[in-house]
Amino acid sequence: MVHLREMPEHLRDRLVNQELPTYESTPWVDAKPLAESKIAIISTAGLHRQEDSPFVPGAGDYRIIPDDADMDTLMMSHLSTNFDRTGFFQDVNTAFPIDRLHELDEQGVVGSVASRHYSFMGATPPAMMEPVARDLAGLLKDDGVDAVVLVPV
Amino acid sequence: MGGLAHVLEDEGIPTTHISLIRVHTEKIKPPRALAVPFELGRPLGAPNEPDFQRRVLLETLKLLERTSGPVLEDFPDLPPGTEEEEAQGWACPVNFAPPMDDINDADLVYQSLLQEVNLLRPWYEEAVKNFGRSAFGISGKTPEEIARVIADVLVDPLGTEPPYEGESIGVGFKRMADDMRYFYTEAAIARPDQRTSDFEVANWLWGETTLGKVLVAIRDESMESEDPSLKALAVTAMVPTHQRHRTKHG
Repeated sequence: MVHLREMPEHLRDRLVNQELPTYESTPWVDAKPLAESKIAIISTAGLHRQEDSPFVPGAGDYRIIPDDADMDTLMMSHLSTNFDRTGFFQDVNTAFPIDRLHELDEQGVVGSVASRHYSFMGATPPAMMEPVARDLAGLLKDDGVDAVVLVPV
Repeated sequence: MGGLAHVLEDEGIPTTHISLIRVHTEKIKPPRALAVPFELGRPLGAPNEPDFQRRVLLETLKLLERTSGPVLEDFPDLPPGTEEEEAQGWACPVNFAPPMDDINDADLVYQSLLQEVNLLRPWYEEAVKNFGRSAFGISGKTPEEIARVIADVLVDPLGTEPPYEGESIGVGFKRMADDMRYFYTEAAIARPDQRTSDFEVANWLWGETTLGKVLVAIRDESMESEDPSLKALAVTAMVPTHQRHRTKHG
């Protein structure tokens, strides 16, 4: 896929003007210093291990990506045909920066890396996503996660 | 994505996120976001550019140190090699489409697809060696099995046995067709001297290969199909928007 600015106008308009949820305010919690924080990655690229079920439309579910999984076996079963996959095919980190996060951990920039990461397939209706996300928050806390980096596709 | 940030933050977990579509993030107003000027599908910028990727991740993480928000910052730089990539032409590693004399003969279509798969296979195997991995495999089927189902769906969509128990023919077909496209795409980008974009590979796949022609024909037919699972799929999820000019319904 091309960058947004190079897209044909009708495609760009459809993407840009798609219906979005609105929020009256933005929640905020202060984060711990990065160097003391355990970080998890949540991706919406439809990633999963080969043995996991591929994503199906509109289900709002997620797949667990254990931090010790072999990241070279990650699949991408996102249903959209409209984004670049060639970068991901060559290097997982193009869409899921797991090696980069571990490097920042080794350098002491972040405190540690979560034992589990998660992947959704994006474009799930917010009403369906919300209860799942609230449950996920509890799971992240159980893992001692201090902050989450969200990576779209 | 921004919606997820709202919920997690509301539950007490600080979030920061990469934004590929800045205008969406402006509307959703998540607590912390870094807007990046990259292609959709490449939130970290580019493959095999660890230093650049690390910078993007670090800039995203650093937003966690802010004391008030919402914060929406811009990452200023394009990935290394972007300009050269645009200047380079792209030569397809294989450029052929075995003749399909009769698109209504499922065996002939199957044989054509097989021939194409076999000609691409050495490049696919190069890809697996070069990248150390493969994204082919979401269907759990071999390219031969997929070719058979694709040929059958082309000629007799309603008579084709759904390949997965309990799943519609649409879901089964989608999974296999995507997998086959991954096989082709990995083969096409295998040559290390080529920097290729999704768009260039897609122009080849959809415009020049037998698979592309067959998938376009299936889309044309599925748009008018009596099978709801195929029809729903055909509207948005069979052919990328930038290739839909090749289809009957656009």
